[in-house]
Amino acid sequence: MKRQASESATIQELVCPIPLQPNEQIVLGHGSGGRLMHRLIEGLFLPAFDNPVLRAGNDAGRVAIGNDTPMAVSTDSHVVWPLFFPGGDIGRLAVCGTVNDVSMLGADPRYLTASFILEEGVQTDLLRKVVESMQAAAAEAGVDIIAGDTKVVEKGKADGLYITTSGFGPILPGSEIGGNKAQPGDRVILSGTVGDHGIAVLSARGELGFTAQVRSDVAPLNQLVRAMLAASDGIHVLRDPTRGGLATSLNEIARASQVGIVLEEGSIPVRPAVQSACEMLGFDPLYVANEGKLIAIVEEQHTEIVMEAMRGERYGEESTIIGAVTDEPPGRVLMKTLIGSHRVVDELSGEMLPRIC
Amino acid sequence: MKYVDEFRDPDLAKATLAEIRRTATRPWVLMEICGGQTHSIMRYGIDQLLPEEVELVHGPGCPVCVTPLEQIDKALEIASRPGVIFASYGDMLRVPGSGKDLFAVRAAGGDVRVVYSPLDAVQLAQQYPQREVVFFAIGFETTAPANAMAVEQARTLGLENFSVLVSHARVPPAMHAILSSPECRVQGFLAAGHVCAVMGYWEYKPVADQYRVPIVVTGFEPTDILQGVLMTVRQLEEGRADVENAYARAVVHEGNVSAQQLIDRVFMVCERKWRGIGNIPSSGWCLRPEYSKYDAELRFAVEQIASQESQVCVSGQILQGLMRPTDCPAFGSQCTPEAPLGATMVSSEGACAAYYRYGDARTVAASMVGEV
Repeated sequence: MKRQASESATIQELVCPIPLQPNEQIVLGHGSGGRLMHRLIEGLFLPAFDNPVLRAGNDAGRVAIGNDTPMAVSTDSHVVWPLFFPGGDIGRLAVCGTVNDVSMLGADPRYLTASFILEEGVQTDLLRKVVESMQAAAAEAGVDIIAGDTKVVEKGKADGLYITTSGFGPILPGSEIGGNKAQPGDRVILSGTVGDHGIAVLSARGELGFTAQVRSDVAPLNQLVRAMLAASDGIHVLRDPTRGGLATSLNEIARASQVGIVLEEGSIPVRPAVQSACEMLGFDPLYVANEGKLIAIVEEQHTEIVMEAMRGERYGEESTIIGAVTDEPPGRVLMKTLIGSHRVVDELSGEMLPRIC
Repeated sequence: MKYVDEFRDPDLAKATLAEIRRTATRPWVLMEICGGQTHSIMRYGIDQLLPEEVELVHGPGCPVCVTPLEQIDKALEIASRPGVIFASYGDMLRVPGSGKDLFAVRAAGGDVRVVYSPLDAVQLAQQYPQREVVFFAIGFETTAPANAMAVEQARTLGLENFSVLVSHARVPPAMHAILSSPECRVQGFLAAGHVCAVMGYWEYKPVADQYRVPIVVTGFEPTDILQGVLMTVRQLEEGRADVENAYARAVVHEGNVSAQQLIDRVFMVCERKWRGIGNIPSSGWCLRPEYSKYDAELRFAVEQIASQESQVCVSGQILQGLMRPTDCPAFGSQCTPEAPLGATMVSSEGACAAYYRYGDARTVAASMVGEV
């Protein structure tokens, strides 16, 4: 099949980026974390900003100034609607999103900055609640919010409020973690159930005609990552499967590392309420967003020790092995189904759920 | 999950597969009518596990795929008008018309909204009395009752600002069209379970009798599909051509009679065009004259729009089971879910999208070392 050739290309190989159609406009799918967004990054942002750090294609950039300890730096904007949903709110999400992106490079996030875009007319009480929730999440993660910015736009020019956070912290000694480090033979560990956040937010929008009893999993994962790195130096990849879900994150890893990933269908944990909601809506939980889960790709002989460290942590209690890394087919994710066949697990292609983070 | 896990049970699936292998002694070509079944087959890799005697070809039962290009262009035209709220099921937003899709209309400022039920569109009309609310009423017999209900409700509520762009299709006439084609290879059908939940299966007896083909009403989970395949193959091997029900937990012979009455009150049978196939007599439903004030085509005077299909796209042959998606030279290169040439690549029920998303399972599986 022809598409395998183009899809297995790494970002590095795309020195001559695919041009966007000149009259193409931005559609919601460009923000869904799937293939459309990758096209936008590869076709527009990367050629404009091109540098080796960005080209590594991780959720955080790895930098070192002089001989100092290398740092991980990341930034993340949050436009979720509704602002409050079961299990979290835009404030907690804004802190956890960036803390997690920094952590996934094997770093220890220390400081955050926060920018607010407020729509004229937003109640100060509402903003206070959001800010208090941010501080609670920052305290839980052990990070300080050290700088910020506030802008107000006319009524109708934004939807309540948007928050952008940036974060940084030192890369933990000895950790060599990146999306391109997966090796054949490695095991794939998932820290818990998938799809909770996306379904919780969608259900909170009140448009479904039913309410799912699901809480968002939004949580800071830096303590979990610290415990994992303290237990083992055999961790090759860490990734939090947010927009685009587990399937899209695994595809990114498979492509960047030029390996295959084979999942076992029965092994991926999904809460019954999430499963039911997905069945009813025609969604696949593998593509639904998470905000408090991570994928770890680990050397086979370190699997047990990493799993043990994860299960000892609050946000890793339900950790489980979901598959393995293989030689073939490079750049692809496969699922071994319960009835014994194989199928391709592709990345998300366009929009699935609107504004969930 | 209850009522789902039982029908994905690996042991039951393997036992049914073994029974199919024992039963099939000659090559048989079966068509699953419904796009939902095509996706289950690809998703669970059922086609990889069937014995080589049994070939599944994918039928035209994807409502998004068979909606003619003209209707999409009419939708784009109406949705672009100022003051209109255009409500649609999500799948239709990505279907390309002659120049663009509904996403593009929305990005350019059109008010296009995804709804989960046509009654949500009626609610929008109540909520915005100054705006024209148009619902894109597409689908097979499955969505027709709810769409009819929406029109009825708009009438009861006296809504003047609600209309529907209708593109309804009926399965039995499409089966006639497929079976009377000289190129037809189909020897047995898995009928679409959800369609039969509404319509029952009394309509299929004349089809089975006229063409001597077995028809088995089939569900959507892996064990449902395998059971449907087994019952069809058994009939073929025994030389029978009956209508049987392998989806008794959802389907009865008469179907849902009150739903059928509701459809009949609002819609009447008419000829319609199927994208990629052409006109099929009696294969559609359109609004009865007494409901014509709810007809968006008349309200927005778009009846005259005519459209030109892509020259490359072979979705017509694919929808009739004459070609496989991977036989198309554009598959995966010129035509992908992000830049689809035809509707079979767009819809979550389209055969091309299923092949693209889940891979040509045999090819991929063949690359797995010793694990097939």
